[in-house]
Amino acid sequence: ERSHLAGVRHILLVLSGKGGVGKSTISTELALALRHAGKKVGILDVDLCGPTIPRMFGVQDSDVHQCDSGWVPVFVDQDKSISLMSIGFLLEKPDDAVVWRGPKKNALIKQFVGDVAWGDLDFLIVDTPPGTSDEHISTVEALRPYKPLGAILVTTPQAVSVGDVRRELTFCKKTRLRVLGIVENMSGFVCPHCSECTNIFSKGGGEELAKHAGVPFLGCVPLDPQLSQSLEEGRDFIQEFPKSSAFPALAHIAQQILDGASQRSS
Amino acid sequence: QVALLDIDICGPSIPKMMGLEGEQVHQSGSGWSPVYVEENLGVMSVGFLLSSPDDAVIWRGPKKNGLIKQFLRDVDWGEIDYLIVDTPPGTSDEHLSIVQYLGAAHVDGAVIITTPQEVSLQDVRKEINFCHKVKLPVIGVVENMSGFVCPKCKNESQIFPPTTGGAEKMCQNLNVSLLGKVPLDPQIGKSCDKGQSFLSEAPESPATLSYRSIIQRIQEYCDQHHFQEEKII
Repeated sequence: ERSHLAGVRHILLVLSGKGGVGKSTISTELALALRHAGKKVGILDVDLCGPTIPRMFGVQDSDVHQCDSGWVPVFVDQDKSISLMSIGFLLEKPDDAVVWRGPKKNALIKQFVGDVAWGDLDFLIVDTPPGTSDEHISTVEALRPYKPLGAILVTTPQAVSVGDVRRELTFCKKTRLRVLGIVENMSGFVCPHCSECTNIFSKGGGEELAKHAGVPFLGCVPLDPQLSQSLEEGRDFIQEFPKSSAFPALAHIAQQILDGASQRSS
Repeated sequence: QVALLDIDICGPSIPKMMGLEGEQVHQSGSGWSPVYVEENLGVMSVGFLLSSPDDAVIWRGPKKNGLIKQFLRDVDWGEIDYLIVDTPPGTSDEHLSIVQYLGAAHVDGAVIITTPQEVSLQDVRKEINFCHKVKLPVIGVVENMSGFVCPKCKNESQIFPPTTGGAEKMCQNLNVSLLGKVPLDPQIGKSCDKGQSFLSEAPESPATLSYRSIIQRIQEYCDQHHFQEEKII
């Protein structure tokens, strides 16, 4: 029987050691950017306690259906260019807490990895919760036979965040997961009134870490309230705000992923 | 006399923020000694048990629970007025375990932190539900990163826009207290990175004033609570 992941060309994990650095935001924006490059993208949200992905695409009220071969992912548009799977779709009420210990989380992750009928995708992005625990171990183990392209690590610039992301790098080394690079998120804020740039969460920590660890630095993404707003309202930031300060950075990150993927294919 | 217990096993940030990076835990006849920042502030974290800043704690739930149990059982805090437990995000092993293991003790309650935007509030509502489920009183909610005042032109920006009314609206809807809002101040991150007290470094910052007001409200809640408890006894 053909595996549900057989039609997926490249699998990417988005990781961080730290919470609140913007993994889900980066996963979402990466998906949108790849879609704009003409790719078919799926997002698998394995943050079981805090599933944010459905809302970022405005489909938080959707339900998941089963077909003969497995679960049907939720498509965000008529083009069916982006599809999602998240525990968010399985909750009766959006405020329901998923209060599960490891073993139950591991079981659902196995199902998510094995039983979603993704069809043909160019990229499957796996969005994770912060940490190096059950979700991460189970996801990497379940994905191993499908040879993921690698992991993108997200950090904010300051040392406290970088300190946790260093440990995530070790996780990647120990689980033999290739690191595609580091993204320094929330890197600077340009005041919309006077254009003064303030480094609210400091600057440079992500780039330094990449250098220190010998992994590619994919770029700095600045804080952009327009980006936050779009995500809140489930809108396509890449489409609506190509002039925003965050757009070039996000487009550049997507391009590096595309280059890396085509290198690997050849 | 304050004790700070860091049960974020995978991402232990407290040692760095307290300027205690590189410190190790010492064992004595009476148990594990906390690492002291000041005479009246002791800290425990898995960070003190790791030999390198690159060491990853790649543990499944049961092992994490085991360490949390040890922390609670073996750390010799002495007499303390406040035990503050810092948790990782989520509603999983660490959270269930700490509530379970502290079951016999009197827990005043939980302070829940959010940022203003809906994607954060969405998860915080779940956290509040978790508290209800495990009968953990909610002292209140803190809205962090609530607005930024440009140091140059002094205009305020909402970097994480409260598109659904922020923590204020959520607290109204769920009938929990909003303890306060803390604005973004670049000095906060800097102080944490350097392991210095932001409150001492920037006493005039609006963020400091917010923090102090929030802390006062928490103390008032705890004092009230104890008073009520004593009345019952």
